[in-house]
Amino acid sequence: MSEILVLVEHADGQVKKVTFELLTLARALGTPSAVWLGIGASDAALASLGEYGAEKVYVVDSADMDDFLVAPKAEALARLMADSSAAAVLLPSTAEGKEIAGRVAVKAGSGIITDAVGVAADFTATQSVFGGSTVVTSRVSNGTPLITVRPNSTAPVPSPGAAARVDVAADISDAAKSARVVGRTVASKGGRPDLSEAAIVVSGGRGVGGAEGFGVVEALADSLGAAVGASRAATDAGWYPHQYQVGQTGKTVSPQLYIANGISGAIQHRAGMQTSKTIVVVNKDPEAPIFELADFGVVGDLFAVVPQLTEEIAKRKA
Amino acid sequence: MKIAVCVKQVPDTWAEKKLQAGDSTLDREAAEGVLNELDEYAVEEALRIGEAHGGEVVVVSMGPERAAETVRKALSMGADAGIHLVDDALHGSDAVATSAALATVLEGRSFDLIIFGSESTDARMSVVPAMVAERLVLPQVTFAQKVEIDGSTVRIERQMEYGFDTVEASLPAVVSVVEKINEPRYPSFKGIMAAKKKPVEILSVADIGLDPATVGLGAAWSVVDDFAARPPKAAGMVVADEGEGGSRIADYLVDQKFI
Ligand SMILES: Cc1cc2nc3c(=O)[nH]c(=O)nc-3n(C[C@H](O)[C@H](O)[C@H](O)COP(=O)(O)OP(=O)(O)OC[C@H]3O[C@@H](n4cnc5c(N)ncnc54)[C@H](O)[C@@H]3O)c2cc1C
Ligand SMILES: Nc1ncnc2c1ncn2[C@@H]1O[C@H](COP(=O)(O)O)[C@@H](O)[C@H]1O
Repeated sequence: MSEILVLVEHADGQVKKVTFELLTLARALGTPSAVWLGIGASDAALASLGEYGAEKVYVVDSADMDDFLVAPKAEALARLMADSSAAAVLLPSTAEGKEIAGRVAVKAGSGIITDAVGVAADFTATQSVFGGSTVVTSRVSNGTPLITVRPNSTAPVPSPGAAARVDVAADISDAAKSARVVGRTVASKGGRPDLSEAAIVVSGGRGVGGAEGFGVVEALADSLGAAVGASRAATDAGWYPHQYQVGQTGKTVSPQLYIANGISGAIQHRAGMQTSKTIVVVNKDPEAPIFELADFGVVGDLFAVVPQLTEEIAKRKA
Repeated sequence: MKIAVCVKQVPDTWAEKKLQAGDSTLDREAAEGVLNELDEYAVEEALRIGEAHGGEVVVVSMGPERAAETVRKALSMGADAGIHLVDDALHGSDAVATSAALATVLEGRSFDLIIFGSESTDARMSVVPAMVAERLVLPQVTFAQKVEIDGSTVRIERQMEYGFDTVEASLPAVVSVVEKINEPRYPSFKGIMAAKKKPVEILSVADIGLDPATVGLGAAWSVVDDFAARPPKAAGMVVADEGEGGSRIADYLVDQKFI
């Protein structure tokens, strides 16, 4: 079976869930090899990659990967791609994953597909475009396919792999070390999961009425272990931080469950959440277009419905 | 300071977008073309930097004939000059070819800063800026929510899932911006009138010395095999809240095994 490279998404030495999804996908395409760029590849981290079927783990244990933006990672990955005989490379469809893929595509002379929601055994990718209104099947026709896959596209399924560590020298060119990361500012997200990775997202829009109103949205999110999202109306008004915006110019999310509260469902919002598996809506206007997407909707005041829901969840979990 | 700002014409966000049967490319005639929203922020940032540090702002766009409107729009916001790369050979170019064409236009014009939007609303790839940086061997400082110029250094705040990273590079550099960065201005009447007289250089693929065989649909390294409208979702259940709305959702979530 041919080798499939999977770029590991990690933070603080922990492997992110999307990596396990990519490994699961890669197993259907060939033999997965994980690629760890940067420091922190502990035995425990490698073991977790092995649990999802990584046969090899290439480790480029170099601080250059995090000290400089994108270019060193692209250089290291392109070199690995050339030295291995990989049949395809899967990357997470995050801002950085896409940028790495883009640069590797240019270096290697390979085609690139972004935001895939599925990859078939012949490497054709499925993409959901134009806000989910169109499903496209596409394929790379030149070079080794570089495919970025949207988080939550596949359920991670364990299957043991050897996770044999292969250390690779970094040897990054000076040209790739031109944009230096000089600071990192972490905004508190109150211990909630990452928006783009979360299995459940609870969102609030203009109907939430103000920053304080987000309290009921957060309480519901916490009762479900969910991430919090917001419409642009809410982020523009300064009620919720901008990085939680869902939609065309915000994050694209594709969780198992999306609960939209006080959101009308403008086309730009739908573009970022339409592919959610199950959609629940609370809105007081029965004509709100978001109801078109609802698997289950309640026409009512969110300040009555949402706290009741939060309370009921607590009861039923008890 | 010489600043280039790359802008793309995209179908109006409100319009329904369609691929066309035959070559599976975006049907650009079906909807009104507008300046890609994120590129408005890029233009605004270019203008602000130009105003603060002195210098010239040049709009660069690759696109069909009517993308000229988009170049004009950026000029009416205040940019000084435009470059429009237009050629039938470019139809159907993928991101790899687009970045090659843009890099070829930009190369050798001694820009200190090349500013992009972080994403086009039609392709939504967010790769062209990184690809152009790769090709021109320039520092890439992308997804900026804030840009500062300090002598020959550019410092940005790169928007991240967890907050932001502060990233520094020497000029010349490639920047892309997110919408949080500023509030784009509306073109004034004076700006619109002035734009009509501003110079726009029209270039073909041959003019920039690019081999037409390396761009366009035929040279794309990724191809669309097939597309279909997403099957409509089965209508869900919508109920009115009569004091038990929250509890009914809880029932539904239990039913669906979320609780
Ligand atoms: C180029 C462009 C890009 C954009 N990108 C995005 C994007 O990325 N993400 C995004 O979200 N938007 C985006 N927008 C904005 C988008 O068009 C809408 O303006 C926005 O999504 C509306 O947010 P909303 O649904 O919260 O507000 P509204 O449309 O005002 O809807 C509020 C809803 O709350 C309901 N409501 C009010 N009070 C209550 C209550 N007490 N209980 C229950 N329901 C209540 C109302 O019935 C209404 O349906 C973009 C717009 C443009 C032009
Ligand atoms: N045809 C084009 N002409 C000029 N700039 C472009 C073009 N295509 C993309 N860009 C720029 O690249 C950015 C990202 O585009 P994309 O990678 O397609 O999401 C856009 O916001 C533009 O600034």
